[in-house]
Amino acid sequence: MPEAARTQVEHPAHAAPAGFIRKYIFSLDHKVIGTQYFFLALFSVFVGIILSVLMRFHLVWPQAAIPGLGALAPTGAAGGVMTPEFYLSLMTIHGTIMVFFVLTTAPQGGFGNYFLPIQIGAADMAFPVLNMLSFWITFVGLIVLLAAFVVSGGAPLSGWTAYPPLSAIGQIAGPGQGTGQTLWILSIALFTVASVLGALNFIVTTIDLRAPGMSMMRLPLTVWAWFITAILGLLAFSVLLAAGILLLLDRMAGTSFFIPAGLVVNDQMLLNHQGGSPLLWQHLFWFFGHPEVYIAILPGMGAVSQILSTFARKPIFGYRAMVYALMGIGFLGFMVWGHHMFMSGMSPYSALVFSVMTMAIGVPSAIKTFNWIGTLWGGNIQFTTAMLFAIGFVSLFVTGGLSGLFLAQPSVDIYFHDTYFVVGHFHMIMGVAAIFGIFAATYFWFPKMYGRMMNEGWGKLHFWITFVGVYAIFTPMHLLGVVGSPRRYSQFTEYDFLKPLAGVHEFITIAAFITATAQVVFLFNLFYSIWKGRKAEINPWHCTTLEWTVPSPPPHDNFGGRPPTVYHGAYEYSVPDAKADYLMQTDAARLPALKH
Amino acid sequence: MILALLIWAITIITMALFVSGKWDFPFGASSHAATVDHQYYITLVICGVIFFLAQMALGWVVLRYRDRGKAHYSHGNNKLELLWTLATAVLFIALNVMGQRVWADLRFQGAAPGAVQIEVYGQQFVWNIRYAGPDGKFGRTDARLMSDSAGNPLGIDPADPDGRDDVVVPTMAVPVNRPVQLLLHAKDVTHSFFVRELRIKQDAVPGMAIPMHFTPTRIGNYEVACAELCGLGHYKMRSLLAVLSEEDYQKWLQERAP
Repeated sequence: MPEAARTQVEHPAHAAPAGFIRKYIFSLDHKVIGTQYFFLALFSVFVGIILSVLMRFHLVWPQAAIPGLGALAPTGAAGGVMTPEFYLSLMTIHGTIMVFFVLTTAPQGGFGNYFLPIQIGAADMAFPVLNMLSFWITFVGLIVLLAAFVVSGGAPLSGWTAYPPLSAIGQIAGPGQGTGQTLWILSIALFTVASVLGALNFIVTTIDLRAPGMSMMRLPLTVWAWFITAILGLLAFSVLLAAGILLLLDRMAGTSFFIPAGLVVNDQMLLNHQGGSPLLWQHLFWFFGHPEVYIAILPGMGAVSQILSTFARKPIFGYRAMVYALMGIGFLGFMVWGHHMFMSGMSPYSALVFSVMTMAIGVPSAIKTFNWIGTLWGGNIQFTTAMLFAIGFVSLFVTGGLSGLFLAQPSVDIYFHDTYFVVGHFHMIMGVAAIFGIFAATYFWFPKMYGRMMNEGWGKLHFWITFVGVYAIFTPMHLLGVVGSPRRYSQFTEYDFLKPLAGVHEFITIAAFITATAQVVFLFNLFYSIWKGRKAEINPWHCTTLEWTVPSPPPHDNFGGRPPTVYHGAYEYSVPDAKADYLMQTDAARLPALKH
Repeated sequence: MILALLIWAITIITMALFVSGKWDFPFGASSHAATVDHQYYITLVICGVIFFLAQMALGWVVLRYRDRGKAHYSHGNNKLELLWTLATAVLFIALNVMGQRVWADLRFQGAAPGAVQIEVYGQQFVWNIRYAGPDGKFGRTDARLMSDSAGNPLGIDPADPDGRDDVVVPTMAVPVNRPVQLLLHAKDVTHSFFVRELRIKQDAVPGMAIPMHFTPTRIGNYEVACAELCGLGHYKMRSLLAVLSEEDYQKWLQERAP
């Protein structure tokens, strides 16, 4: 619609709540909900890190006792020594909690919720009640997931991908496959419902509640990323929800969606199932699972674009190309799920198509990388902690992306599939690159959220240790994969070819201990700065987007009932002849004629 | 400045680790291993070059344009944008197409006629290997007859004469330089049959019989690993695959005849 004719849709305003419970617990304010998501993810990430440290310990010293663990897990780790099934349950919950409750939750539910409405000049999300429900359903999902540790049999051991029949036939397949697996499915079902509701909210808000003048092509790239992530979430999580319900029916109602006839498990024949297909789950799961990778990384790309431009004091290089690349990644993201299944027994002909599509998705990813470097090129780079993490993100994204080129080719994947090469690859890109996006966003937006600055010295210390640390952890995993080490082994004692790799595993474990411990610096900085940090100005980074026009923290309805008017795009830095080296989106000053 | 140096250092160390030769593919022991390895090394070189250039460029812009008091006002360059989009697309797609040939040879066609036929059954947490015996015919199997405790893990029907000479063993032997066709089954959950030196890997899925073929070219003993999470004993679901001379292979089979 023509920009002049666009008026902001009337927003169902809700008054600022007075009571503690309505203000902080069951709040309708997108900023409170965003903060709730952020802290839920923060709690989850530390649970996930602790689980991974325990796993790394067991991989290197499988017979050693961990003090205190015996008391926490009397069956899984009697006397502090883990059983193989306990290791696998740690692995399952680590993967699940990191993918869903951290990488999906913090960038989208957390920062997206907090800043999308402000960045487009809206008073709140389109559906505040739905927003509150999304968070609380996610919260219940997390509790249900963690409850799996304390039920009989413990947490499931089938990994975050939960392939049937292992995940479908119950306790007979192993401890944790009974109640624990059921709780896992319920948790994921709750999470998907919450995510679909959240996605609808993001989409409607972006389309309907933009301030006058905020055309789509003037949106900050953060908003574009949250918007496209929401579309991916809507389409992908619905499919996972359906798959989860089918799996639950196979377990509880005797259906056979994923269970074929004639299964003999542990010398017992399963008589009540026939006609199901284990591969059906894999198709449904990865139809969700691959877009999920982009759900985790796109918001990070958005935040990193914003931060690179801000601290290079330079407009983003190729704004339109960046938007089209986001769209391209989102679109192609739905056509590549089969690359997880080259060895699964699916038709080898389809592997060709999935493989070509996977290489194709590398193209928009490469465009983004070129444009980030192009943004820095000719800039006036300010090395804040947020900027360091953003640059670290680009480096990790390049590294993690390139190892994907090996796995995208079926012929090479014959060797690498399900080895540590894959573990190194996806941790590098959707794990730590996405986490670097979250850290960058945290250091960047903290002053707006709390009206105080985080400590830059501690922030930089945190960055240096973490940046070196993650490379030290995940680069050697690629080498393990080159040697052929399979993943998801609870110990490496049974194979002659794995024994010489013990030194590499020890190195990784030590690097993981150090890197995990260094995160305490971040925690301390975060909580100390919330109460004791130096007071922040309204716009400490001299940034152009709308959230920097309102007080810190922003008031309940963001703009005091007077939506801002937007005059130009989001990244007008170092405009020639301007009075400052940045031009707010609300500044009516004219831009010079563009020339390249 | 430290950041630029650090990015460069990480880049060089990473590349050095990959070319050190300390961590590399094991020697290839099948006829298609060389083509798989070739594709891997080509990918390694291409990725290595892109990795080097991208990280060097990142380090360089960080170093060159650090806090210099002014920035160049530019919204980008469409020509450059188009150039690197096309360059990446051509490079990635070409690399991909190159690798398709070996995949097609391995998976689009069955084994050459006269291939040794072997059935592989995965179950928690062992492999069972079946040979057809002197009659060259596999006996009928029935899930209802499968019983580890009764010594019939594959449920071979005793009423079927074809099955009486079938050989069922926990490890595999194959003759060198003859095509081998495996038919993969799983009794309980999904497993995956992986032999590094032969460059073979294929999931064994319950309810499916999945063929896979290769020609071993080097006599030796190789470890078989399970590569699909199958439960608590996944880490020890190990077997052995011996590539033997034709003579030794026949002897091996005869020694195991029922």
